[in-house]
Amino acid sequence: MELIDQHTKRIMEGCKERARDAGLRFQSETLEYIVTNKDLLELGPKNMIPTLYDYWVHEVEVLKEKGRYELFPHNPYETVINTRPAISFYNDNNPDWLNVMIFYHVLGHIDFFQNNHFFSHTWDKDFAGEALSDKRLIAMLRAEKGRWVDYVIEFARGIDNLVGYYSELSERTRPGKINSSERLDFYFDHFLQGIKQVKLSDYLKEVDRYNQSLKRFGDMGESVFFSEVTKKYPEFENLFNKHKKQKKEPARDLIQYLQQNSPFLQKQENIWMKTVMEIVRKTSIYFQPQIRTKILNEGWASYWHEKLFLEDDRIRGHEVDFARVNAKVTSLPRVGINPYAIGMRLFNYIEEWAERGRFSYEFEKIKDVYQRNKYDKETGEGMKYVFRVREDFDDFMFINTFLTQDFVDQHKLFVAGRRANTRKGVWEYYVKSRKAEDYRDMVLDSLYHPPYIEIDEQKGNENLLYLNHHFEGKPLVKEFIHNTMLGIEFLWGGTVKLETTELVPEKKVDKPYALFYAPYSVQKEESDEKKYKETRVLYTMEKRKLTRTVL
Amino acid sequence: MEAEAGEKHRIVPPRKIGEWTRAFEMGLYGIHDMNLLHSGSLPSAHYTRSLRSLDELLERDLLREKDGFPRKIRIGRLVKPGGGGKGKVILVPTTVEEKFVHDRRSGDPEEEGASGGSGEGEEGEVIGEEPLHGTEGSGTGGAGHGEGGEHEIESSAYDLGRILTEKFRLPNLEDKGKKRSLTRYTYDLTDRHRGFGQILDKKATLRKIIETNINLGRIKNKETIDPTDLIASPRDNVYRILSKEKDYESQAMVFFLRDYSGSMTGKPTEIVVSQHVLIYCWLMYQYEKQVETRFILHDTEAREVPDIHAYYNLTVAGGTRIASAYRLVNEIVEEENLVRDYNIYVFHGTDGDDWDKDGKETVPEIRKMLGYCNRFGITISEAGSISNSQSTVENYVKDSGLLEEYPKRIRMDVISGEAGEERLIEGIKRLISP
Repeated sequence: MELIDQHTKRIMEGCKERARDAGLRFQSETLEYIVTNKDLLELGPKNMIPTLYDYWVHEVEVLKEKGRYELFPHNPYETVINTRPAISFYNDNNPDWLNVMIFYHVLGHIDFFQNNHFFSHTWDKDFAGEALSDKRLIAMLRAEKGRWVDYVIEFARGIDNLVGYYSELSERTRPGKINSSERLDFYFDHFLQGIKQVKLSDYLKEVDRYNQSLKRFGDMGESVFFSEVTKKYPEFENLFNKHKKQKKEPARDLIQYLQQNSPFLQKQENIWMKTVMEIVRKTSIYFQPQIRTKILNEGWASYWHEKLFLEDDRIRGHEVDFARVNAKVTSLPRVGINPYAIGMRLFNYIEEWAERGRFSYEFEKIKDVYQRNKYDKETGEGMKYVFRVREDFDDFMFINTFLTQDFVDQHKLFVAGRRANTRKGVWEYYVKSRKAEDYRDMVLDSLYHPPYIEIDEQKGNENLLYLNHHFEGKPLVKEFIHNTMLGIEFLWGGTVKLETTELVPEKKVDKPYALFYAPYSVQKEESDEKKYKETRVLYTMEKRKLTRTVL
Repeated sequence: MEAEAGEKHRIVPPRKIGEWTRAFEMGLYGIHDMNLLHSGSLPSAHYTRSLRSLDELLERDLLREKDGFPRKIRIGRLVKPGGGGKGKVILVPTTVEEKFVHDRRSGDPEEEGASGGSGEGEEGEVIGEEPLHGTEGSGTGGAGHGEGGEHEIESSAYDLGRILTEKFRLPNLEDKGKKRSLTRYTYDLTDRHRGFGQILDKKATLRKIIETNINLGRIKNKETIDPTDLIASPRDNVYRILSKEKDYESQAMVFFLRDYSGSMTGKPTEIVVSQHVLIYCWLMYQYEKQVETRFILHDTEAREVPDIHAYYNLTVAGGTRIASAYRLVNEIVEEENLVRDYNIYVFHGTDGDDWDKDGKETVPEIRKMLGYCNRFGITISEAGSISNSQSTVENYVKDSGLLEEYPKRIRMDVISGEAGEERLIEGIKRLISP
């Protein structure tokens, strides 16, 4: 890996100026590297972070057929990584005009990383640097503990898609703690109400007394107030200290829960494992927003590379070259979803609609098609609107809000279906639906969405970990349950149970002969209805043995 | 109805075979900057790179077992599309990172999922079609390779055979049979020699010259080499020289038979072919590469196909008459007098359906085959069939008493439903164990 040469860097700096003028905001420092095929091979499994910790699985071809991208909460082979400074990767032999286009695309990504709120937890740190120190730490542990480090990485990675990304994120937007003393909170919230259960009038009297002493003694008010309290309740200090010890932050996800509560991990000789788990957890959380903003991020970058490239005076004469590459990137395929194409078109669509003032109740009220087409308020707000979408939305919100019938019609989109025609020995691709809601559902359904699995403390105890999978229409991949639970059992050091839903095929009704001879003359959907029954099952992992019972 | 539809709307095939399947299956996250913006080629590892660390990986895998965790390394087969529509099989160690993830597979193998699309077409209109087989992604799963890829599969098959034997503890052949390999000597221009010899090896010479010039620092930019600037030393000339070579003859002939009738579509085919590829690899190792293969497909009639690619990919929608395939094997063996020169192995994969209900035609053919072959293995993959009862083939083979009569020569393995690699290897053990 080497940095791009001075000539190319100068082009990049020129792109930055023009992008800034257009309204994009990003830190001025960036790093651009030339990568070879060999570099990419090593970077891919590490999500393009050169400094990510080493793990033997990275060197092995990983099977993707079952969980596909579900297994990887991030995209391999992205060109830009969200670090400080942002790092991007290039081929050695790109011509200048192509570099200009890619630079604009990259700047679009960087702007997105640094402004979209779903990335806010990554704004104030340099992940590449942090990863480097983690990598060293893991290497050090490995020298000491050998392959057990890799087992811990493996098992922690087994549950790293269940990380509490949203709880981590919401923590940041919560108002900061009011500057009050813990002692005071404990006295009024727990001690008086819970332990002493004083009468309301006495409670109010205490509040009054506290206010009085604040008024009289100022900064010393609180200690004066409590000197009275300890006189009255000598046991108070003891109880308060006990309370302080017990109180802990609730775990945000399974990994954290294990770190806090696993009897196995609390043992002196196993404490190092928590560090390893934390590294895995942190890494996963860092990448979470990336996969949740794929359409938005790629759409945004494509929207800008197109806009800025065509306005760039330095590349006159390469419009046709550009058009060819750009078409490859952003054309709508006959079959398949291209996030670049959909995202970019949505941004164009949003800009136009906001410009015409169509995101309004007034416009919604109009039913007449002609009037609707003519509607134009010339608000001049289009750009502003687009920038707000890039700040506040993720893929789900983006698709759910803006993918309308107008948009679907405008670009002739449809849901494509596929069915096997065994008689002809072919897959048939057909137009399944042109309804916006169907299209929307299809896209939403293909978005990354890890299963919702909760720790049920009521059904578990200090030796039993009880996980409850909330069924959302899709069962878990069965083949993976065994090893995943094996890992959790190891980290927990005791029995683990998982309650989940499975689809059990109902007894097959024999097809009538008419159907048998001409299977495709009948609408498939009808004959396929209600073939499966949802059944709640309980998996138990005990002493590395998995058993399954139907609930 | 179909014919009508075909006339009304012209069905446009995709430009490249497999293009739509790939687009359909790739989904949202399969596209990224590297494959779109940067010239489109993704890095791919050569299998030798993976094999270098393979021993280490397998050692780690053994340790896992000692530590009480299940093994994790599996042998994956990668179909790599090559030039001119030819693909080659590459064997690599693979693994999977298990997590709790949603299962997106629908239960119905005939109707699969939904994706996006754009352009003209009425709702319900078929806009294109692609063959069921041979397009199933470039990931893992099936096998298939074109001509010219021969060497590739052989060298990796040998490695895989070694792994299978050593690490998965597949049995070694007890006695490699009465037929030892004939060794004779031939003289050929195979050795390379610097300085003198019969024929100048131009390619090797040029390579040597380039090497020399790199060492001399005369080549700065590898993109633009000007041959007129190069200095050639006399020592750079590489010649071919006549030399004595040992020439081994193949010791084993393996017949792979597969039912390619309509009912075999999808999973059963995959299971059978995967297993046959593994068996092939194992024999490659056992006979130190001196193995010849013949591929036979059958529905109601049997035909021989030239390579594993055709063997894997072809499907028809006919019925099933297994006897036809066995008869063909018997004929080939007789006509070419193979018994004298080879150890003969026959492996047959089927879903267990046969029109010959009680095996009246089939059993005598099997009996004949058992007269000369070292091992006859039947794999019955029930993945495709609906009934839970025993299949026709299983029935008549059991009833015939052949399994007891020739316990060393005939084996049967019934695989039901989903079968992972472990199950396949288990099955191979069953088929080939002494």
